[in-house]
Amino acid sequence: MTEVSPITAPAQSRLQRVLTTLQEVVRLPSGSIGLTLVTLHIVLALISPLIVPYDFKEMNSAIILADPSAAHWLGTDHLGRDVMTRVLLGGREALIVTGIATPAALIWGGLTGVLLGLRGGWLDEVVMRLVDAFLALPGVLPLLVLVTVFGTGNDVLIPTLAFFFGIPVIRVARAATHEVVARDFISAARARGHSQLTIVRRELMPNVLDTMMVEGAMRWSWMLLGFSALSFLGFGVSPPTPDWGLMIADARVYMSLAPWGVLGPVVALSSLIIGINLTADALAKTLGLDRSRKAVV
Amino acid sequence: MAEPALIDIRNLTVGFRARSGALLPVLRNVDLQVCRGESLGIVGESGSGKSTLALAAMGFLKRGLQRMGGQVLFNGDDMFDRTRKQLEAIRGGQLGVVPQNSGQSLTPTLRIGTQMREALRLHCTLPEAEHEARVINLLSQVRLPDPSTIMQRYPHELSGGQQQRVAIAMALAGEPDALLLDEPTTGLDVTTQAHILELLRELARTRNMAMVYVSHDLGVIARVCEKVQVLYAGEVVLEGPTRHVLTDPLHPYARGLLASIPRLGETHLPVALDGRPPTPGKTGSGCAFAPRCVLANDQCRSKRPPLITSAHGEVTRCFYPEKTGQIATIGSGTDPVHHDACGDTALTLRDLSISYARSGLIERLFPPAVPTVPTVDGISIILAKGETLGLVGESGSGKSTILKSIAGLLPPSGGQILMGADTPLTPNVERRRPDQLRCIQMVFQNPDESLNPRQSVLEILSQPLRLYFNLRGRALQDRAVELLETVRLGSHYLDRRPEQLSGGEKQRVAVARAFAANPEIVLCDEITSALDVSVQAAVLELLNDLKKSMDTTYIFVSHDLTVVRALSDRVAVLYQGRICEVGPAAAVYGSPSHPYTDILLNAVLEPDPDVAPKLMAEDVVELAPPACGCPFQRRCPRKLDSVCETDTPPSQTGADGHVVRCHIPLNEL
Repeated sequence: MTEVSPITAPAQSRLQRVLTTLQEVVRLPSGSIGLTLVTLHIVLALISPLIVPYDFKEMNSAIILADPSAAHWLGTDHLGRDVMTRVLLGGREALIVTGIATPAALIWGGLTGVLLGLRGGWLDEVVMRLVDAFLALPGVLPLLVLVTVFGTGNDVLIPTLAFFFGIPVIRVARAATHEVVARDFISAARARGHSQLTIVRRELMPNVLDTMMVEGAMRWSWMLLGFSALSFLGFGVSPPTPDWGLMIADARVYMSLAPWGVLGPVVALSSLIIGINLTADALAKTLGLDRSRKAVV
Repeated sequence: MAEPALIDIRNLTVGFRARSGALLPVLRNVDLQVCRGESLGIVGESGSGKSTLALAAMGFLKRGLQRMGGQVLFNGDDMFDRTRKQLEAIRGGQLGVVPQNSGQSLTPTLRIGTQMREALRLHCTLPEAEHEARVINLLSQVRLPDPSTIMQRYPHELSGGQQQRVAIAMALAGEPDALLLDEPTTGLDVTTQAHILELLRELARTRNMAMVYVSHDLGVIARVCEKVQVLYAGEVVLEGPTRHVLTDPLHPYARGLLASIPRLGETHLPVALDGRPPTPGKTGSGCAFAPRCVLANDQCRSKRPPLITSAHGEVTRCFYPEKTGQIATIGSGTDPVHHDACGDTALTLRDLSISYARSGLIERLFPPAVPTVPTVDGISIILAKGETLGLVGESGSGKSTILKSIAGLLPPSGGQILMGADTPLTPNVERRRPDQLRCIQMVFQNPDESLNPRQSVLEILSQPLRLYFNLRGRALQDRAVELLETVRLGSHYLDRRPEQLSGGEKQRVAVARAFAANPEIVLCDEITSALDVSVQAAVLELLNDLKKSMDTTYIFVSHDLTVVRALSDRVAVLYQGRICEVGPAAAVYGSPSHPYTDILLNAVLEPDPDVAPKLMAEDVVELAPPACGCPFQRRCPRKLDSVCETDTPPSQTGADGHVVRCHIPLNEL
């Protein structure tokens, strides 16, 4: 777009809006707990290389599957590596991959959904039936197929995850678009004679964005689970890089001897996912997208 | 009062906790007493707390609200002290409720009979075997024709009026002692409304129930209530016999409200009530109405007036009830600008017909044997520059459809739309030229829908300004401010979003957006029906001022005949997408000729307890217009013989220039 918005106030008020939304999210118990968990995980992922007590590769055959102690807070794994160190580092890979793939999934799925919702017609019918067909498959299956064919590096994983997790987004974006398109301000814009592009950009998008934010948070948590599942199955991160899914897979054999080796990464992964879900929940409530609440008020 | 009140609310205060933690009251010290056989009306504008009060009478408060004091007694016991089980027995049993939109309160997936039997199982002592007979009995009590067929139907197969009747029948299932009606007829057509109110009056008479009507419509209250309470900002400001309250109320607010109602017999515009009611917690220490009251003095602003009982039993919350007589109760505000239809032509509709039936692939391959009857047909109207055309008719009469078609949002299936007298407009909005688009602007019914909630007022106004005039930066902002001032809003509104505006302010912004294009023709689609009466009067006044200064041509669509009367030069009466009668407003309203116009005008409710609407025809549901003959043949009380069924009625032109389409000769109409 060549034109520069002459309005200075809305830019500021948009920031204000984000801030007030954030404030309201934090005010809800689910929001404050969720955001704390997510922030904690992100901060830990950023600083963990600086604070971990051991090298994550360092093996010590003398202390295999040790119980928690002052030296090793969560004990050691079957190769004598410090579990605490590996748990702290184990989320980095997952956060980087999903951190790139989630926005990518949102953008491609969101744009496709909005365009289909606007255009309708036979293309919409065909694409939606394909989406239905895809959604009928168990989630990991198509992922496994692609990863088996193309290999397991991040250069494959990120686009693959983005592609598959973008498909459900199409459905959500399309439904949100339908809801907005039916409203009179869209008719008003059409009657004024604005171009389709202007209508999408100025009138439609800002109203679909809220739904997409919440959807994005939900997709993120699903994608984390998906990524960890791939790692668990041996298709994600390759050893010895620490990763929660991989650690669970390795340690589950020795679970009765050293439960901490499984519990550590499980608690880490689930706390992050619960955190994201709580945040999404609070966000939906704040933005008025929560259906159950809508029905009451 | 010898008999103790059945519903007895004492000093009830209800509030909600704000973000700041403070408790803000939405109802303040409300007293309400209704005995068996009495009917009480609760009147107030949106946000006055009237629905909260009605719900509180059932012992129910919406989520977030809490009782801060007072009692709600039903039959002598406090509703808020009862257990859930006891409440369930009372609600729907001794205390029936008729909600506003029964279409939404009926379960869409259950047949009417099944839903009714469910209500009986909960609240009726009869053995199950007799329930069927009881349902039929109840349905015929609300005068639904052929109850056994109705029982087999699903809610969506009934008309709005029929749904409302079912809701009333359901409320009667538990043999209630009292009935709460929350806006029982809002959203229904005038003729249907008149029938439903007649039914309720009769039920009140025969069943000796206590009734509480909640309504914003003083006409409805006038029809069915003996006593009225007027709520303002959560408190009762006036209570008394209906006749007094509606003719000579002793409270300035009630007088202002009466003056803001447009009336059939009045050729002046109604007078708007300036300002807006205080939000909860902002009522201050004085009289809540003081900021908007012409009589207010320092005492009013500093002290809350007590309730004073007048000589003839009216209770008013005003320091100076004797002075209120200075305020007129019949609004004779500005004289509307009238324009005769002989100037240049602004718009021509030539034999316009519109069909909603979509021609899909199957229809194209196998065309139906009988061609579908178009929803709107044979509309030919020539509009002069500066003229205001009112389109009236019940819901489904195609008024909005015609507007959408003129705006290019709905391509007509036949006929032509011409700018001026001879420039045809392409039916599709995408193919119209920018200057053609600019000339025709539309204002929609509900500003909540027509204003983008994500845009500020400046962004909203800048859409047409950028598109049509390519304004940018400073010039754009100046023009936006100028527009806001023409609709009497200040420049401080620029940064606000729709959610921060009141209903009336939102509609003003929508009007400003339409006028931003410097249009020649403005299409107004029920633009006041989502607004309170006092606000409606202000919007009508605004439209009139704009017409005066800009010489705009309006097409004004409304189901409300009094609103159309207030503004229009010419009126067209539509029935099922066909014009029945068109002519100068004074002629159509003064000497209505078409039987349908007669029925419509007679069903209008005015806030006058002495005028009863005349019910001339049954409110039958008609789904599709008849394929041939007069569109009104099935409901017409003066139907001739087969000629009405076979021949399209001829256009007869009267002496006063108004055209009637009817088979009955003009001098006999």
